[in-house]
Amino acid sequence: MTTTAVRKEGPAAVTPPPTVGSHLRGYWGRVRGGDIGALPAVLGLIVLCTVFSVMRPSFLTAGNFANLFTQGAAVTLIAMGLVFVLLLGEIDLSAGFASGVCAAVLANVATKAGYPWYVAVLAAILTGVVIGTVLGFLVAKIGIPSFVVTLAGFLAFQGIVLMLISGGANISVNDEVLVAIANRNLPPTLGWALAAIAIGGYAAVQLLRHRKRLSRGLTTDPMAVVLARIGGLTLILGIAVYILNQERSRNVLINSLKGVPIVVPVIAVLLIVWTFVLQRTSYGRHVYAVGGNKEAARRAGINVDKIRISVFVICSSMAAIGGIVAASRANSVDPNTGGSNVLLYAVGAAVIGGTSLFGGKGRVLDAVLGGAVVAVIDNGMGLMGYSAGVKYVVTGVVLLLAASVDALSRRRASASGTR
Amino acid sequence: MSATPLLELRGIDKSFGPVQVLRDVALAAHAGEVTALVGDNGAGKSTLVKCISGIYPADAGEFLFDGRPVSINSPRDAATLGIEVVYQDLALCDNLDIVQNMFLGREKHSGLVLDEPTMEQMAAETLAGLSVRTVKSLRQHVSSLSGGQRQTVAIAKAVLWNSKLVILDEPTAALGVAQTAQVLELVRRLADNGLAVVLISHNMNDVFAVSDRVAALYLGQMVAQVKTTDITHSQVVELITAGRSGNLGLTGEPVTAGNGAGPADTTAGGVR
Repeated sequence: MTTTAVRKEGPAAVTPPPTVGSHLRGYWGRVRGGDIGALPAVLGLIVLCTVFSVMRPSFLTAGNFANLFTQGAAVTLIAMGLVFVLLLGEIDLSAGFASGVCAAVLANVATKAGYPWYVAVLAAILTGVVIGTVLGFLVAKIGIPSFVVTLAGFLAFQGIVLMLISGGANISVNDEVLVAIANRNLPPTLGWALAAIAIGGYAAVQLLRHRKRLSRGLTTDPMAVVLARIGGLTLILGIAVYILNQERSRNVLINSLKGVPIVVPVIAVLLIVWTFVLQRTSYGRHVYAVGGNKEAARRAGINVDKIRISVFVICSSMAAIGGIVAASRANSVDPNTGGSNVLLYAVGAAVIGGTSLFGGKGRVLDAVLGGAVVAVIDNGMGLMGYSAGVKYVVTGVVLLLAASVDALSRRRASASGTR
Repeated sequence: MSATPLLELRGIDKSFGPVQVLRDVALAAHAGEVTALVGDNGAGKSTLVKCISGIYPADAGEFLFDGRPVSINSPRDAATLGIEVVYQDLALCDNLDIVQNMFLGREKHSGLVLDEPTMEQMAAETLAGLSVRTVKSLRQHVSSLSGGQRQTVAIAKAVLWNSKLVILDEPTAALGVAQTAQVLELVRRLADNGLAVVLISHNMNDVFAVSDRVAALYLGQMVAQVKTTDITHSQVVELITAGRSGNLGLTGEPVTAGNGAGPADTTAGGVR
């Protein structure tokens, strides 16, 4: 056998209790073996932020920090949905314009028909569900490659957006609540309260799991690692909320501008919900299984077609939420909502964050980290005065870089046997 | 040796369109024994296994499980009876860990949430029960396992569900010498734990190393089912290639075999 460890009597998996050192060595071993996860995105984020801060001090202001969130929100939300599709090794090229269609539905229902905001939001998300169901059906039941189905969707939805806003004029979104989503901030105290709840919740989950596993005699991460995770989250959230609660208005007499942008808790809640679904439910387990080995999943009694349709539904619904945020930020919907580079930025965000294009590997958090990278490039290059052309080229290069990292780490992993 | 076989098939026929793949096949698998199912390519081994596991419905014939007649129309029926098949191509997901693979499609829950500690414990107990000590951690991805370890996980997955009959489709085909020995040891242990095991194999060494009985298929007919101790290596090869060997196997012309298989079975499979 390749494993040298032949132990004495006892259960199969009794290993010496892990220490901080062995935990770190294990992590480093996985990274070297090609399982790098979100490491490139995190390193890239640090490098980019350092470079931009040095070149343009205005990058490092509270105002710009808040801008990053509102600028990147729509793309990040769409990318979160795309992760599900990518996990199956499929692609959804129509997600950008699907978000445009949903935004147009939102504007029509809220502004033209005058319904309250929640009806409009519901209508937009329902539109996303319908779009996803149709796409998923065509892919899973008819058997058309997702690339072709969603390419057709890309074209058709572009047309539907045009038709919904009657030929090119834009529809403004004036509803107070809808505008607030991407343009208003939480009161500073509420920001602190939510951060405290998030940290408390995370700590409770981590500590409870640790205790439960210990009491059952299963191997656990060392307590120090668990505490370090909780401490890390506390540090990051604390600093972020502190900065966002600074006054960022240029003239305080005219208006005060401080607090966590409302999109941040929106993204955070969706991140928690989808992470829970993927990591802690059998549905999520089955998504990974279908992405890893479709035939094995089928033999295990998993309804593969249902899983395939469902990921497209999730993707298009998340695109709808992205569309709502985009419409809110622009205060209007025009023929280009969800168009131009939105989809490519979203796919880029997911891949840069560490989601594999080959399926079976990825997390919703990847989309958020990758979305941050894309937003930082877009924002920082804008501050440095580069044209849109240069920004596109750089983002394209970064996406290629991320895809190469994905492909190379996969090759390395198959060589070292960790994938 | 128990008197009634755990699984007994009688007169199984199966055709695909004009091609008759199985003709009046009888097979018995006893609890606590390894029954080797041998036969050349195209003899119908895989089809027979698929009939037992409910993937193909048999055209005619009887299934007796523990002595009472049952019908197996879907993989779920087979699973309910306690029949598990370990396929040649493993059917494991590389991107999931050992526990996740063993419980795939049958996860344990507490409420809405997956009950990971329970699953991990059950997996550990199952592997310990099979005296498997070669995996480092139950939480390592299956992709990081060697061929033998993967086969071990696939077999452990099959026995996790209190199964009574485990069918192994060429479990050693892709393995090296040491790993083959390890898997065969595991197969033997399954039978010693009281399970009925059907082992499909092309490898005579494997067959003679672990099996208690040999069942030989030749062109869709069961030509012999005998105790392994009563037969020699070359006799098995003759049965596989020619359908007869001395007084074993087909008595008549192989072409008119429909009625030839019956008597052959009584001489071969009866009390010896």
